[in-house]
Amino acid sequence: MSDPMLRLSGVYTDIAQYHILQGVNFDVPRGQVTMLLGRNGVGKTTSLRTIMGHWRARAGQILLDGQDIAALPTPAIARLGVGYVPENMGIFSDLTVEENMILAASSGPLDRTRLDWLFSVFPPLQTFWKGHAGNLSGGQKQMLSIARAMVEERRLYLIDEPTKGLAPAIVSTMAGALRQLKDQGASILLVEQNFSVARALGDSAVVMDDGRVVWTGAMAELAGDAALQERLMGLSMEAGH
Amino acid sequence: MIVKLLSGDTPRSPVLAVILLAILVALAFAPFLFPGVRSVDTAARICIFIVLVASYDLMLGYGGIVSFAHTMFFGMGAYGVALASTHMGRGFDAVAVGALSGALLAAAIAFLIGLFSLRVRAIFFAMITLAVASAVAVLVSQLSGLTGGEDGLSFQTPRALTPAFRFGDELFGVRLNGRLLAYYLIFGVSLILFLLMLRVVNSPFGRVLQAIRENDFRAEAIGYRVVGYRVTVTCLSAFIAALAGALYAIWLRYVGPDTVLSFDIMVDILLMVVIGGMGTMYGAVIGAALLVLAQNYLQALMGMAAGAVAGLPVLPELMNADRWLLWLGVLFVLSIYFFPTGIVGRLRQRRQGRAAQGR
Repeated sequence: MSDPMLRLSGVYTDIAQYHILQGVNFDVPRGQVTMLLGRNGVGKTTSLRTIMGHWRARAGQILLDGQDIAALPTPAIARLGVGYVPENMGIFSDLTVEENMILAASSGPLDRTRLDWLFSVFPPLQTFWKGHAGNLSGGQKQMLSIARAMVEERRLYLIDEPTKGLAPAIVSTMAGALRQLKDQGASILLVEQNFSVARALGDSAVVMDDGRVVWTGAMAELAGDAALQERLMGLSMEAGH
Repeated sequence: MIVKLLSGDTPRSPVLAVILLAILVALAFAPFLFPGVRSVDTAARICIFIVLVASYDLMLGYGGIVSFAHTMFFGMGAYGVALASTHMGRGFDAVAVGALSGALLAAAIAFLIGLFSLRVRAIFFAMITLAVASAVAVLVSQLSGLTGGEDGLSFQTPRALTPAFRFGDELFGVRLNGRLLAYYLIFGVSLILFLLMLRVVNSPFGRVLQAIRENDFRAEAIGYRVVGYRVTVTCLSAFIAALAGALYAIWLRYVGPDTVLSFDIMVDILLMVVIGGMGTMYGAVIGAALLVLAQNYLQALMGMAAGAVAGLPVLPELMNADRWLLWLGVLFVLSIYFFPTGIVGRLRQRRQGRAAQGR
């Protein structure tokens, strides 16, 4: 088996006096979608932020394609090819949709073919291309947020709860976009609470609890075992789906 | 052509476009439209303050950086010209050397302050700039051998910019002398610097600045070095503020702590940016024009109003010319209340609102 695209080994992260990550270990294999699951407040978002260098790991290694990035500043990590979609979208409301996309394509001008593909996946972006991003609806803002990460081919995508609080129709658009990204062979680490989306997209799963990884394995195995879900996350994600 | 000149950043409001055009025409033909020493002096101050305020807006409105050292940078340019002209003798070479030295020194100091304090929270940068600006103001007052101390420095500008220099008789009743040339030098350089700043904020660099102002972590997460961009815009802003100071020195032929380093100027700059509209560039034009006009003519206007209502009770007292600062304060409060996003922001919002209704 080839080396993973991303490997976290014994990562500890503190925020003020709180020990949020307490020795996190997991891999994100190449060309696969790895689901990062767990209850609220167990350290999923902190894990993504630590990988991006926003929170500095107190100890441990974060290897991107074999290179330790734990001590690198955030812009350097982004320039190594890590696309990050934060939970709160983080779009630039004062800029137009076009300007948001241009800024995200930091390695050069926008690639027309890739842009056409993004327009086919997220049609509202083409409609409001010259409009201010702040005037978009919640779902459209999320589309823009994900499209910004997808505007260039990245080595790794970190995506934090892309379907949170969205209408079912938009959730299905998001899932379709992520499916297409997966089919292109992208390596993705995805935090997702919507189980039907997680089950449809995930190849493997990492479950966290209290700042530690408590289970890793195939997503299909977790999806098929309601008792395991109950034990790991305190609820059966099959419920209601 | 005009859109290209404005770097694609058009006023986006017919009312705003008319106001800006009126200001441009008034400034371009000020010596002919409003002959008289005081009115031309007011027009020159408006030109200089447009540049100064726009350079501050570059930092505050686009970079989200609060600085209290802008007057210090302004003063560096002014003192640069004064010192060079004093030591090198009158001439355009002394003006150029002084302006450039002052601007480079301002940029270098901005670089040092920025490098050490822009890594941390914005409030620390604001506090450090306040401390450095106060220290420099005290230093300039103390180094009387070099700077003239509290009395300042009077110096000679190039002969071609003095009233004694004539290059013709009269045109539309206006004497063609060096003072007219000095005005057009200030107008021309101000116009070029303003268009240059408009180009900067509408360039990819300007877009990154706006992104950083809105969400610095997100800007970092897509690969932009926030500190680098913040330091660069601080240096650029300081450089241009110093050039504005150089223009002011050329116009006044005098520099002094109260004239170019006073904290009152810093307060004026802040008011002009806020009243005009932060992060718009055109706000600097409106804010500077409005405030400089108010400072120069409100008192006279009130004197006239007091005369007109002389027979009525209370009103003459309220309109007394000595109370002009009170009314200036009331005008500020009202403008902030009715235009919280500044005049330009408000006019553009109205336009956007109408466009949305028509959709």
